Amino acid sequence: MKRFIGFVRKEFFHIMRDRRTAAILFGMPILQLLLFGFAIRNEITEVRTGILDLSHDVVTQELTDKIFSSGTFVASGVLNNGKETGPAFASGKMNEVVVFESGFAGNLQRDGTAQMQVITDGSDPNVSRIITGYTESVVREFLVEKAESTGTAQGVEAVPVMMFNSALKSVYLFVPGLMAMILMLVSALMTSISITREKESGTMELLLVSSLKPVQVIIGKVVPYLLLSFVNVITVLALAFLVFGVPCRGSIALLLGESLLFIMTALSLGILISSITNSQQVAMMISLAGLLMPTVLLSGFIFPITSMPLPLQVISNIIPARWYLVIVRGIMLKGAGIGVLWQETLVLVFMSLLFMTVSVRKFSERLQ
Amino acid sequence: MNPAVTTENLSKRFGKVEALRGISFCVPEAELFGLIGADGAGKTTLFRILATLILPDAGNASLLGLDTVKSYRAIRTRIGYMPGRFSLYQDLSVEENLNFFATVFGTTVKENYELIRDIYVQLEPFRSRRAGQLSGGMKQKLALCCALVHRPELLLLDEPTTGVDAVSRQEFWQMLGRLKQQGITILVSTPYMDEASLCDRVAFLQEGRVLAIDTPTGITTLFRKPLFAVRSRDKHRLITKLRTYEHAASVFAFGDSVHYTDLRQSPEPHELKAWLKTEGFDDAEAEPVKPGIEDTFMALMESGESPEENS
Repeated sequence: MKRFIGFVRKEFFHIMRDRRTAAILFGMPILQLLLFGFAIRNEITEVRTGILDLSHDVVTQELTDKIFSSGTFVASGVLNNGKETGPAFASGKMNEVVVFESGFAGNLQRDGTAQMQVITDGSDPNVSRIITGYTESVVREFLVEKAESTGTAQGVEAVPVMMFNSALKSVYLFVPGLMAMILMLVSALMTSISITREKESGTMELLLVSSLKPVQVIIGKVVPYLLLSFVNVITVLALAFLVFGVPCRGSIALLLGESLLFIMTALSLGILISSITNSQQVAMMISLAGLLMPTVLLSGFIFPITSMPLPLQVISNIIPARWYLVIVRGIMLKGAGIGVLWQETLVLVFMSLLFMTVSVRKFSERLQ
Repeated sequence: MNPAVTTENLSKRFGKVEALRGISFCVPEAELFGLIGADGAGKTTLFRILATLILPDAGNASLLGLDTVKSYRAIRTRIGYMPGRFSLYQDLSVEENLNFFATVFGTTVKENYELIRDIYVQLEPFRSRRAGQLSGGMKQKLALCCALVHRPELLLLDEPTTGVDAVSRQEFWQMLGRLKQQGITILVSTPYMDEASLCDRVAFLQEGRVLAIDTPTGITTLFRKPLFAVRSRDKHRLITKLRTYEHAASVFAFGDSVHYTDLRQSPEPHELKAWLKTEGFDDAEAEPVKPGIEDTFMALMESGESPEENS
């Protein structure tokens, strides 16, 4: 045990002595969270809206007022005919045009329905989808208020509501993905580099000749990074809550526990990488290209898995971050418990055990 | 008394390169045994096999009566190994390195301080300096300390004095002498011939073979040709000229003189001097000298095969 503690202490010395690494370890999570939270936002705060009113009646006027009173939409001019729409979008003056058909109020009175058109800039599909959604909800709200005030029955209507993230705040989505990414980076990349560094500098030769067992060397390498990664998890969660108000609706203990599990998976992957190669360079390349890229692209962090082509969907199953993401989103946003997430948890447990076993087996007690 | 190290017909190849071709030798306890050979002679491979780090393709070796393949775990705790390349943690201080290797072997620096004291007192002023910032000689002394800190019965030192200044080399060898007196068997390799004479016995290695094993004085008796030390102001031209002499067997620069071997059994030095005068070396001096280890090694390398097989 004393040997083991001595070994772990030495690892901490390495991490702390190397200022740049330490800065990356602790600075990166904070920087990335702030970047994702502030700079890369998907929600729309200012929709420049033009009105093309072919009806000019009381209802269209009320509806127009309603739209601009929400704060999201900014009145950017009135159009007189449909031909003006194109240039308005092209010049960037507007990114939404609302068109009311002629005789809008009359149609609504008589048939209970009236046509309005929402034109958005399709060159940015994500933005236009969100704008359309906002506009629809404003109109729907308007109709409900109107029905209540006039007392006329409007029939049943299906109203889509975004649950768990009703404001569609992108930072809610980024936090879980970011945690997966940071943990993968810190745990897998750093451990694989630190083990291959010993191989490169020749100190592994001395460690082997010492009476340390392979398991002791591996666990000694794992423990410091396990602690560091855990600190990172807490930092990211605290920042997300304090700066962006991201809630954790489920049990924090469960979230931390699952994070520890994911860290273990990532660490065992890191060790596996270092047992394959003897050079820091190669270890870094494998970690970045083989682990980080799939974690970002295939885990559902940025692109939804359901919209991927089938082969990629199949591949995404072997990416640990995919399962971790489901767990974190489940706990933080939906308040889910272990009863719901046990399958994903088991997948991670299985992966960790598999990688660990393989790397302990592959860890050579001699030089190749 | 059991020998500390025995190897029998050790062979190892890396791809097409035959690093070791049947190495056999035996080192008794408390001997200072030197392995002499040029780069690529197989010294490092031999050390790694003995340190249980790589497996031999053929043959076997045993350390302290234990087989290097079967009992590698037991061997590892009882030997001290110092690899050829400086292999300590450069970002840790002198003290931290030493403490680390002590704890890894389940001991403390205090416990074995007696053994490393002579060496450690020289390092003491730099105890909080990072190992990477030490001078070459200091690094090697620290590495020796780290290899000694668990009180091994056998030391394997792979070129410990390469790249170290002359004074530090001398100090290093004095330490090895003291360790030997404490009963520690030492296997040391070196490319420096002057260090060979400080060993109890030496083995000449070339291309994975043992050319000769003997005591430093014994080994010079293998050199049987007449040897002269020739001096002149223009040493460089002297070497070139001597090589064209009809009776020349070999000509090597040796310190401030040139060592010249004659093909004939009993040549006369004044004959050589006269010839040099006709070639324009007015100040040339030639006197017969006793062959040293370097002369012997050069001669053995030249012939390229074991002299024992020859005679």
